[in-house]
Amino acid sequence: MSTLINPVEPFLRADRMPHIWCPGCGIGTTVNCFARALVESKLPLDKVAVVSGIGCTGRVAGYIHLDSFHTTHGRAIPFATGLKLANPDLHVVVYSGDGDLIAIGGNHFIHAARRNVDITVICVNNFTYGMTGGQVTPTTPLGAIATTSPYGCFERPFNLPFLAESSGAVYVARWTAYHVRHIAHAMVEAFQKKGFSFIEILSPCPTLYQRRNKMGDGLDTMRFYKQHSVIKNGADTREVDISLQGDIIVGKFVDIERPTLQQAMDQQLRQTLRDRYAGGGGN
Amino acid sequence: MEHFASRIPTVGGVFLQMEDELASSIAIVGAAWGGAKVFTVTSGPGFSLMMEHLGYAAMTETPLVLVDVQRGGPSTGLPTLPGQADMMQARWGSHGDYEIIALCPNSPQECFNLTIDAFNLAEEYRSPVLVMMDECVGHMTEKVVIPPAEEIHLFPRRYTSLPPSEYLPFRPGPDGIPEMAKAGDGYRAEVTGLTHDEHGYPAMNWQAQQKLVSRLVGKIRNNVDRITRWEEKELEDADVAVVAYGITSRVAERAVQMARAEGLPVGLLRPVVVWPFPEKRIRELASRVRAFVVVEMNYGQMVHEVERCAAGKARTVLLGHGGGTVHEPEGILEAIREAVA
Repeated sequence: MSTLINPVEPFLRADRMPHIWCPGCGIGTTVNCFARALVESKLPLDKVAVVSGIGCTGRVAGYIHLDSFHTTHGRAIPFATGLKLANPDLHVVVYSGDGDLIAIGGNHFIHAARRNVDITVICVNNFTYGMTGGQVTPTTPLGAIATTSPYGCFERPFNLPFLAESSGAVYVARWTAYHVRHIAHAMVEAFQKKGFSFIEILSPCPTLYQRRNKMGDGLDTMRFYKQHSVIKNGADTREVDISLQGDIIVGKFVDIERPTLQQAMDQQLRQTLRDRYAGGGGN
Repeated sequence: MEHFASRIPTVGGVFLQMEDELASSIAIVGAAWGGAKVFTVTSGPGFSLMMEHLGYAAMTETPLVLVDVQRGGPSTGLPTLPGQADMMQARWGSHGDYEIIALCPNSPQECFNLTIDAFNLAEEYRSPVLVMMDECVGHMTEKVVIPPAEEIHLFPRRYTSLPPSEYLPFRPGPDGIPEMAKAGDGYRAEVTGLTHDEHGYPAMNWQAQQKLVSRLVGKIRNNVDRITRWEEKELEDADVAVVAYGITSRVAERAVQMARAEGLPVGLLRPVVVWPFPEKRIRELASRVRAFVVVEMNYGQMVHEVERCAAGKARTVLLGHGGGTVHEPEGILEAIREAVA
């Protein structure tokens, strides 16, 4: 008798299952894509490290059977910066949510993009702080209800692809949890990209976001993503804002070349110190 | 720090000025797990920002060194004038239960020596270690003897020699301290600031909390005699012990000399490792001196430790100072005279 094994199982810490995510949540879907992208990209798995912050998506690192770091709230990116500088052979992937990466960690996000740190940042954007009960975040669309915006969000949200591009990211893509093949493909591209690569993945939070905003359950949200996503590769990131019920522009928006932090550091120090430069990073 | 920035590229390392102290204090934790020896430096408000990652480093048992050059506070306070008012923050500044190691140099030579010691203690106990300077010591210029590199003892990182299949990242060794594995070596460890079991997996129950936190606290507490260190001057026949650390200890030493010239039986105890506090020595002294005069550039911090350890057996007097400048030796002398009388 043969036993069927889920192809992503070797990438997960099976002894930590069941996971904490709610039915209909999109985070698990993205993890599935991540595992498939690891297979496809043929990265040496012992050299892949996953760093998360705090929150529902912050739990991803802990479920993935790689070197995995569950850090403090908002600080996954600077942790990853230190990890990468100390050990440049690593492929460092930051995997966290919108509240973590863009609110409390927003400063680190723009600075890592500016420096072009050679890491991949995957932001699962569910427009809310799920783990703490559904508070408003810097990506909550105008008018959306959250526990801390009970009469509708009145703060203009960040447009993440635009924020990433204008801060200096060399690869920027957005997909939804519906676009599983596109996500996996974008991840493969991001892993191969030298520099700060950023993927935003819109994901349902049926328990706290969709329910409060009367948008149905996880399946309804998938239907919404299917009907309202418009693939526009190369779109001007200034024009990809998200509204509560409007179309969602998805695609690969940015794919450029620019020296990474490590390359720029090496070049500058070699140029000024010449043979006195002992080489940075590594151990 | 500025010297480090100019020197480190020539000896094979990295300096990076991060966007803020939250970033620098977590970037070094990441770099430590990547295999590097790491430190960061700050003063006053930056130290407050670093508290979150002091706790994270304690919880994840990450060896690192953090230097705080103390200024007057609270808040932005007195840049860049001296203070010693972060001593209790050093001990208790991050939330939750943990023990900390903190060293307190009083000269440039000691800044050199104690920083080496700090790195070694960080590796030995897998703990963040603090070097608590003050602005005077931090800016001071004095002769420093730097020994040949081969004469400097270094405590190596406790890397595991087990194969990945047998390794548990937070299983303590016989001394209560687990072996480390760095990222990229195939161990695929999970590291979290959540309460965790020996696998490194989050474990949300009181049993796991008790097991982990009692070990974290115990690995320092059970080794207090090995870690703590102090210097004594003229305490053999003293009726009064002056207790001072950092730059204040040098002013206090002058006052002790002046008092001795007057024939007053007084000596100086200078904690060099301030945390863990030299509790046992204070208890011994309390049974034979009449009083402790605690001189510090704050309105009363380490004096609480001295008073606690003296336990009523000897009087404890605080000679505090809000910072901005050091004490005058004459003022300390006056306090000594009153304590002797």
